[in-house]
Amino acid sequence: MIYSQLIEKMLTGDKRACAKLITAVENEPDKAEKIIREIHQYTGNAHIIGITGPPGAGKSTLTDKIVKALINAGNKVGVIAIDPTSPYSGGSILGDRIRMQDIALNPDVFIRSMGTRGYLGGLSKHTKSALKVLDAAGYNYIIIETVGVGQSEVDIVKIADTILMVMVPGLGDDIQSIKAGIMEIGDIFAINKSDLFGADRTAVEVNMMLDLTMDMDRRPPVVKVVAVKNEGIDNLINEVKEHMKYLKESGKFEERRKKNLKLEVVELIEEELRKIVISHTDSENKLDGEVIEILNKNKNAYEVRDEFLKTIK
Amino acid sequence: MNRPIRVLIAKPGLDGHDRGAKVIARALRDAGMEVIYTGLRQTPEQIVAAAVQEDVDVVAMSLLSGAHNYLFPKVAELLKEQGVDDVLVIGGGVIPNEDIQGLKDAGISEIFTPGTPTSLTIDFIKNNLKRQIP
Repeated sequence: MIYSQLIEKMLTGDKRACAKLITAVENEPDKAEKIIREIHQYTGNAHIIGITGPPGAGKSTLTDKIVKALINAGNKVGVIAIDPTSPYSGGSILGDRIRMQDIALNPDVFIRSMGTRGYLGGLSKHTKSALKVLDAAGYNYIIIETVGVGQSEVDIVKIADTILMVMVPGLGDDIQSIKAGIMEIGDIFAINKSDLFGADRTAVEVNMMLDLTMDMDRRPPVVKVVAVKNEGIDNLINEVKEHMKYLKESGKFEERRKKNLKLEVVELIEEELRKIVISHTDSENKLDGEVIEILNKNKNAYEVRDEFLKTIK
Repeated sequence: MNRPIRVLIAKPGLDGHDRGAKVIARALRDAGMEVIYTGLRQTPEQIVAAAVQEDVDVVAMSLLSGAHNYLFPKVAELLKEQGVDDVLVIGGGVIPNEDIQGLKDAGISEIFTPGTPTSLTIDFIKNNLKRQIP
C-alpha cells in the first residue's frame, strides 16, 4: 500500500508526504483509518495550543508571532488554520496563511489551511486527524487556529491542551463576559490590539468575570499584547509554558487527554452505529412514507422511532 | 467529486495590484473550490513551499508588473525540482500574447489575460486537473 511509503517518508521529515497524508485523512475515510492506525504509536508528544476568539481579533497575526518565538527557541511547530466554508457554494477562501508569510519557508514550520466544510463548532471535522499526522511528523508544538468564533463554537476544547482566547477591546461589556461558552474555555486570555482605547477596560471586565468564577483550580492569566508590533509575545509564551507545567504537575494533562480520547472513541462508535441503523432499516424510502404519516398526524415522531428500533432489535 | 478542488492563488514578485487575484479567488470560491490566498510579494520559493504544504491541485499566479517571463517559469521549475508533478500551473495578469507560448513551454498550462470570463478559468481548471479527485 503506497500509504506505508508516505508514512515512512513523513516520519523522516518529508513535508510533501506529510501534506499528502493530511489530504488523505481529510478526504478518504477508509484510508484515514488505516493511516491513523499506523501512525498512532508515533503520536502523543506535541503540546497542542488552541487559538480562538472572535473574527478579526488577530488570531493569525498572533499565531505568526508565537510560531516565530517558538522556532527561535529551537522547536518544530505545526499550524492548522481553519476558515469557514461557504454554506452556499461549498467553497472557501483560506486566508490565514497570508499573515504567516515569512515563516512558511522555515524548515521547522508546517502550515496547513482547512475549510470547515459544513462542520460547526469552530473546527473542521478532520482537524484531529490532521493534527495526528503533524504530531507523528515530529512537530512538538501544534497550533490550531479556529475560525472566528461567536459564543458557542467550543469544539477546540476537545482537542487542545492549552486554549488561548484572543480578545479585542470594545466588543462588549461585563455581562457579555459572564455568558456561557467561549469565555469559559480559555486557559489564557490574550487581549490583542491592546494599544487601542478600551484595552484596560476589557482586561478589567475579564478579571471581574474571573473574580466571579467559583471552583477554579487555576486562575487564567489575562495578558495584553499587540501582535502586529510583536509586543507582549514573550510574556504570552511564558504563560503557555507555565500552563503546560501546571497541567503536568496537577495531573490535569492526563485527565484532559483521557477525557478527549474517550469522547473520540464514543464519536467513532456513534458513527458506526448510525451507519448500521441506516443500512439495516432501508430507512431512506421507508422514512419518506413515515414522514407523511407524521404530517397527517396519524403518527408522531416518537412512534416512528420506536417502530424503527423494533426492526433492528 | 467528493472533495473541493484546492487552488493556491499567489502574486509573485513586487507587483502590488491584487484586485484581479481577489476577483479570481472569489469566483473560484463561489464555484465550490478551496482557495488558499497567499497575498502579495511572494518569492517563487514561498509559493512552492505553500503549494507543497497545502497539497494543492492548482497553482494560479497573478502578475501585472511584467516580470512573468522570469517568475512564472521559476515557480514551475522549483515545483519540478521538488518532484511535484501533479499540480496544474496557470497564470494571469498583464501578459503580452507573444510571451504566452514561451510560458507554456516552461510548464504553465494556460494563461488568462484581462477580460477572460472567470467561467472560462473555472472550466479550464475542472477539465485539466493533473490528479484524480476521489
